[in-house]
Amino acid sequence: QANPFQHRICRVFSTSDDGDDSMSFEDFLDMLSVFSESATSDIKSHYAFRIFDFDDDGTLDRKDLEKLVNCLTGQGEESRLSNAEMEQLIQNILEESDIDKDGAINLSEFQHVVSRSPDFTSSFKIVL
Amino acid sequence: SSASLRILASMPSRTIGRSRGAIISQYYNRTARLRRRSSRPPLQHLCRTARPSLRQYDLETDPARATLEDKRSLLVKELLSLSPGQRSHMLLTVPLSLAEKRALRQELSGQRGPPRQHRAPSSPCGWSKDNIALVRPGRGSARQPGGLRCRLRPRCSPHVPSPQSCRGLWYRLLSLLPAAQPWHYALKQIGGRFGSSVLSYFLFLKTLLMFNIVPLLILLVFVVALQAAYPPASASPRPFTGLELLTGAGYFTHSLLYYGYYSNATLNDPCASSPNSSACPLAAPPLPYNMPLAYVFSVGVSFLITCVLLVYSMSRSFGESYRVGSSTGDLAARVFSAWDFKVIQRRSVKLQSENICTQLKELLAEQRSRSRSLSLCQRLGHCAVLLLAWALALGTVLGCVLAVRYLSEHMHAVQQGHRARGSGQRWQEAVPLVLPLVVSLLNALMPHLYNLLALWERQDSPVARLYVAICRNLLLKMVVLGLLCYQWLSRRVVCSAEECWETCVGQDLYRFMVMDFIFTLLDTFFGELVWRLILEKRLKRKQRPEFDIARNVLQLIYGQTLTWLGVLFAPLLPAVQMLKLLLLFYIKKTSLMQNCRSPSKPWQASHMSTVFVTLLCFPSFLGAAVFLSYTIWSVRPSDTCGPFRGLETIYKSGKTWVQVLERSNPNIGWLAWAHQHLLQDTFLLFLVSGVLLAVTYFNVQVVRGQRRIIRLLKEQIANEGEDKIFLIQKLHAVYEQRER
Repeated sequence: QANPFQHRICRVFSTSDDGDDSMSFEDFLDMLSVFSESATSDIKSHYAFRIFDFDDDGTLDRKDLEKLVNCLTGQGEESRLSNAEMEQLIQNILEESDIDKDGAINLSEFQHVVSRSPDFTSSFKIVL
Repeated sequence: SSASLRILASMPSRTIGRSRGAIISQYYNRTARLRRRSSRPPLQHLCRTARPSLRQYDLETDPARATLEDKRSLLVKELLSLSPGQRSHMLLTVPLSLAEKRALRQELSGQRGPPRQHRAPSSPCGWSKDNIALVRPGRGSARQPGGLRCRLRPRCSPHVPSPQSCRGLWYRLLSLLPAAQPWHYALKQIGGRFGSSVLSYFLFLKTLLMFNIVPLLILLVFVVALQAAYPPASASPRPFTGLELLTGAGYFTHSLLYYGYYSNATLNDPCASSPNSSACPLAAPPLPYNMPLAYVFSVGVSFLITCVLLVYSMSRSFGESYRVGSSTGDLAARVFSAWDFKVIQRRSVKLQSENICTQLKELLAEQRSRSRSLSLCQRLGHCAVLLLAWALALGTVLGCVLAVRYLSEHMHAVQQGHRARGSGQRWQEAVPLVLPLVVSLLNALMPHLYNLLALWERQDSPVARLYVAICRNLLLKMVVLGLLCYQWLSRRVVCSAEECWETCVGQDLYRFMVMDFIFTLLDTFFGELVWRLILEKRLKRKQRPEFDIARNVLQLIYGQTLTWLGVLFAPLLPAVQMLKLLLLFYIKKTSLMQNCRSPSKPWQASHMSTVFVTLLCFPSFLGAAVFLSYTIWSVRPSDTCGPFRGLETIYKSGKTWVQVLERSNPNIGWLAWAHQHLLQDTFLLFLVSGVLLAVTYFNVQVVRGQRRIIRLLKEQIANEGEDKIFLIQKLHAVYEQRER
């Protein structure tokens, strides 16, 4: 898989106790069920939040958002955003989605933002 | 300090995503709400008298594991009180892992009755079925993606009880469904390499194919097949040469393809063919099949069904893409849904990352320029450029229309000249092809001109550029089609010498469709293959040409409009269109895979598909419906051919039938009354429009009220957030004091 989120996906869905992010068959079924066409938008946004939460602290703060944008734009040097652009982007995102103004996005705020985008369910999908 | 941080980390708003206890509590709450249909749980169910938001959750610092079991048993109790359908739906939407769901399910079935023998976890049959049942909803939605090919699908023993085996059979059938779906693998390939935007074009093509099946089936069953069973005694057909496929004339003129072939009487009436039908000794047949009525009703019903399907799909896609209360920008939503997980090839993933980077940079630049206000001089200059560009575009449209009009008159004169001189058959067949050729050429070349114009214009936002391009293209196509419709109906220039003008118009439409197909092929060939070769060999650039989605979709809409315009005159035209779409799918897909790269412009797939379906409905279908209504109501059919020969208008056939019914059977006089008062009076139209306006006004008020409530709630949440920050600071201060 060339997906930049592959590590996060494995970490989120794995229920193994030794922390090596291995996935059993049931974990694999879980993952496919979430990414399938018939999963509800609630479930998808729930798991998307967990995938995007890079430090697993339950919220998407500035560091998480920065890592997310870097994953989206790729690893090459020329395809990264400059610091100023990153600041502007993160500022905009927080302005739009952080309703209780605590500097981080929690699950409910994330679900609210994502429900406004009709493309989310179709992009958060893997076709077998 | 660390203690306060630990407490903060276990705040309910932060742990809801991770802790199973919190999820179970949340869903217990939802289930209870669903059952009671109220928004607040009654006071006696509360175990803690804490703040309302904390009442539902449990603090993670509680070490006793028993609380998790308590919560689970509470949830199971609530779930038992729901109906089975609701219960399985609730289970499916809980974001827990499979093991948890299985445990819940076992508890549920254990509580329901005596444990059933086949549910022993050691039996692989029940296990695999259970897991598939927990993971796939059994709602039978028509488009399920690739079935879970569960590798542990053993042979199941026949003594398994019936509800379980029925469900197992159903799931097995469901997993076979994608294999039966057309083009499933091809669409997956395209989506995997190029993303959702190019995929939306192919999905639109598939939708159009579905839209064409309905009129085809209706017309085939009720009109074409029966006429084929009772062929009229007409002149011997001309020999078949290959040119007929291109011109639609010759062998096809007196065939099922066109209007002129169809008879105007009752089909299985044995007296119809005899010259003196009044002195007919044979009795009337038991089930008379009146061809003109069948013809007009089939066309009407197919249009009605198409209209219903279009409005339904338009409202569904509109409902998906419109959101109330999105007053601020949607940058965050776009960032979160930016990554398309369908893309799987390594090269495409890299491309997608670059695309996202470009899009984000463009959006940010656009925001920066918007915040910077332009000087008056710059604004005036920008306005002037815009006006000039629009004037040029409208001027070209006008020029094209005048050219088409002049050309059709010229061609008509040439054809008269040929006929007078008695030139060969080939010339006479070739001359009518010139007009469709020129129109298709214009339709193919002008979009490129508009693209150049857009480059010169340099609009700020790429989305606006896209809309402007679509607008101009659509305007050109619709105006040219409007002119052609006027010419066909007035018949001053086109088909004026023919006796059977409907067949002539049908042939013209057939030629337009064939030319459109040929030019699409040429456009694909030159625009994509040759351009790629030029880019690679001559200019030595690695970039391949882009797949221009908007232009291709507009081409599809144009072809579909032609089909709808021609259904009355050539009943088999939907079949031709379906064949065309099938071929187009494979050709476009091959060309896409070989020659193109994914688009670099930002593309909101679902929003654009809404726009396309709306464009299909409004200028295209509405125009065809208006054309059809005008033809049925006001145009005089020809005297010598077709099912309506000799009548004043096509509509009169329906009217005479109603009168005949009234005379023969006075009991259904209400039908005639209904016909006269509902269809012919305009009162009904006013009533319906009044009701529609009232409903629209009501909906607008509801939306406005909802927006206001959203604003108030947001303010409330912001206040609570401030409370939270205040409390956190106090907490920090208390802990720091304690440490000192």
